[in-house]
Amino acid sequence: MGEVGGGVVELRDSSGGRSPPSTQRSRSAVSCAVAPVSAAPVAALAEAGAMAATDIARQVGEGCRTVPLAGHVGFDSLPDQLVNQSISQGFCFNILCVGETGLGKSTLMDTLFNTKFEGEPATHTQPGVQLRSNTYDLQESNVGLKLTIVSTVGFGDQINKEDSYKPIVEFIDAQFEAYLQEELKIRRVLHTYHDSRIHACLYFIAPTGHSLKSLDLVTMKKLDSKVNIIPIIAKSDAISKSELTKFKIKITSELVSNGVQIYQFPTDDELVAEINGTMNAHLPFAVIGSTEELKIGNKMMKARQYPWGTVQVENEAHCDFVKLREMLIRVNMEDLREQTHSRHYELYRRCKLEEMGFKDTDPDSKPFSLQETYEAKRNEFLGELQKKEEEMRQMFVQRVKEKEAELKEAEKELHEKFDRLKKLHQDEKKKLEDKKKSLDDEVNAFKQRKTAAELLQSQGSQAGGSQTLKRDKEKKKSKVVHLSMPGAPLAPPASVLTAAANRVHVLLLKAATWS
Amino acid sequence: MDPLRQSPSPSSSRASSPRTLPCEMLGYVGIEAVLDQLKIKAMKMGFEFNIMVVGQSGLGKSTMVNTLFKSKMWKSTMLGLGVPTPQTLQLQSVTHVIEESGVKLKLTVTDTPGFGDQINNDKCWDPILGYINEQYEQYLQEEILITRQRHIPDTRVHCCVYFVPPTGHCLRPLDIEFLQRLCRTVNVVPVIARADSLTIEEREAFRHRVIWAPGTSLGSVGVWRGGECTGGLRSPVCGPQIQENLKTHGIEVYPQKCLDEDVNDKVLNSKIRERIPFAVVGADREHIVNGRCVLGRKTKWGIIEVENMAHCEFPLLRDLLIRSHLQDLKDITHNVHYENYRIFRLNESHVLPRGPGWVNLAPAPASVPAPAGPQATPGPPKVCRWAKDNSDEEF
Repeated sequence: MGEVGGGVVELRDSSGGRSPPSTQRSRSAVSCAVAPVSAAPVAALAEAGAMAATDIARQVGEGCRTVPLAGHVGFDSLPDQLVNQSISQGFCFNILCVGETGLGKSTLMDTLFNTKFEGEPATHTQPGVQLRSNTYDLQESNVGLKLTIVSTVGFGDQINKEDSYKPIVEFIDAQFEAYLQEELKIRRVLHTYHDSRIHACLYFIAPTGHSLKSLDLVTMKKLDSKVNIIPIIAKSDAISKSELTKFKIKITSELVSNGVQIYQFPTDDELVAEINGTMNAHLPFAVIGSTEELKIGNKMMKARQYPWGTVQVENEAHCDFVKLREMLIRVNMEDLREQTHSRHYELYRRCKLEEMGFKDTDPDSKPFSLQETYEAKRNEFLGELQKKEEEMRQMFVQRVKEKEAELKEAEKELHEKFDRLKKLHQDEKKKLEDKKKSLDDEVNAFKQRKTAAELLQSQGSQAGGSQTLKRDKEKKKSKVVHLSMPGAPLAPPASVLTAAANRVHVLLLKAATWS
Repeated sequence: MDPLRQSPSPSSSRASSPRTLPCEMLGYVGIEAVLDQLKIKAMKMGFEFNIMVVGQSGLGKSTMVNTLFKSKMWKSTMLGLGVPTPQTLQLQSVTHVIEESGVKLKLTVTDTPGFGDQINNDKCWDPILGYINEQYEQYLQEEILITRQRHIPDTRVHCCVYFVPPTGHCLRPLDIEFLQRLCRTVNVVPVIARADSLTIEEREAFRHRVIWAPGTSLGSVGVWRGGECTGGLRSPVCGPQIQENLKTHGIEVYPQKCLDEDVNDKVLNSKIRERIPFAVVGADREHIVNGRCVLGRKTKWGIIEVENMAHCEFPLLRDLLIRSHLQDLKDITHNVHYENYRIFRLNESHVLPRGPGWVNLAPAPASVPAPAGPQATPGPPKVCRWAKDNSDEEF
């Protein structure tokens, strides 16, 4: 693909008799290097003529040649064509109003857009910060605007306000995410997509007159990289003029010292640079909102009436409402949208994609589909999750098995112990029974001897006296031991017998308890 | 310049719009100032336009470009003066910046010398299709970067002007093949080149359809449509003419019928479609006619004025391309053709199971599968329809 450097000056062929032959020559020349040389004197003249007739084209970079035109071509209608296209598509603008309850956010929106938007005022008893979003269709002459107003409900009402900024940041991110998802789709319809990204954030500062609250600082710091912040002082009819200037200075210095980047109106285009520059100095705007119309002089104007005077909303000496309207709507709406798209959204996109693991440095691979790689990564992640789940399941099963084995062993042990004890018990029982048996035998033997002895005693009691009884008792005591031995003397004395009978009785009792 | 196209209600033309409440404004707010803001921004950034001219040698392509933009874009080559016909098709591209009333336009003209000049012209459209797709590819690569530029330079071909030789008969097979392949990738505007060799009747014959009476055989004269018929026909009509040709082969040239958005568009575009293809004459010399300086071709029997509607239809072409439909050409390239290419490209490298938002490239039934969300625009069906046709197409 080569570049033929056409487009050298010469255009007006009829501007003199000299030109035709030279252009003939220049036409027939094969290389363009020859042509300018041969037509040099004529070219200079014609150039002057051509330049006089047309606009002087400015050289734009990258080595593009600027070529003057010989007549009216007609592409100066291009901006109009573009505008027509945009009109048929319609515009959309999204404003986010952040501020404490009761600072007049809804009233200000009503005043800005000269209409009454629906909605009832919020209470102070919200448990957390929520965002309420409404979309309206506005039409002015042939321009249709789809306006979305999002406002915080319950901001600054809680006792613990540490997490107050989170719902706001999440909402903004959600809008970016929705747009990113649409952009990454394979089949997308971006030109008819309803853009819900927030283009401007109006931050309402309470008119204390001292300085910014720490909640304000923290919230603004979190929001400044995500959205264009325009701080405004709400209900500024509560501050006097001198206090106001001091308040503004204090606010701006606090913002600067904390590194909060608020939206600066663009000053690079000459047409609006001046007005934007002066407006930048008036930030933050001190505004008053009112939807009531009062008769002042002989006109109906939006104003607030106090016993000591009337504050006119559209009076530049009273408040900066007119400035806000100018800047927000009439001068910079397009710039706000562009900044949101090219700066904040791109930043979000970059962070999100890097987080998902994409890199730009893949020159040899085909343009992978972002959606596809995203799917791949998601599947990978799901696969990992599943693997982990499997592992855990296996571990659980293993542990259950181990425990079961343990318990089984313990059960076995217990059984053994039980058996052992039972055996022991049986042994002892047997022993005792043996003993009992032997005792029974003894008792029987003794009974026999006792009967025999009694027989003898009845025979001998007539012959002997009580002396022998005493002697026998002593003898019995000494002969107690010998009673159990087999082969006991056939005729034991009576005292011995009774002692033996006592002992036997005791033994019998014991055996009875043992069995 | 065509009149302001008013769209009835913006809310009806959104695919995914939330529930909206119409609101009446009680006073002037100043929303319409956004139009001026748009204009300022556009003028500061400048515009870009890329045009490609395709046709056999000697049909006056370079001259036509010079005439269109009233400047010496190209050195128009004259045959037989030692310029060898290129053996293969080469594409040459020139970029210029032209300015008018503060509006800067960066114009890129791509020429295709050698097209259709060989004996065997098989696949001579491949380099052209390759070039067009290459531009789409470049843009796609820029778009999917993580850190991308604020304004991606647009080198995609917005319009392809196809020069049909003035045979007076019908479209040649080469023309039909080329048009069929190209009309799905880029906006194609066919023109009858060197139309000064055709009379007015022949032009109309060449252009308009012929309604065949039943039973007529090939070679006889058919009944004419349009009031241009006279008895003095020089050559018998022997086949369906260009518009009929285009219709038979399913070639949709710009402005595409399926992309008309509303009634106004339809009305405007059908007028244009009736006159397609334009019979044009190119000239970059000026002559004096009746005391005026006009661009024209001087012959022994008269001067053909390029900008005279009675002589040729060059003003129509110029108005279409530059004055009224330039932005539309760019928009259709961006929203339809580029999106189709993107869908094709991103789909071809996927091996994963599909999720929401994926294209089903199998031939779809007449009721086109719609993406998620309610359909209120012709936007999604446009893309669907083209994608459906692309499925059996090699790029």
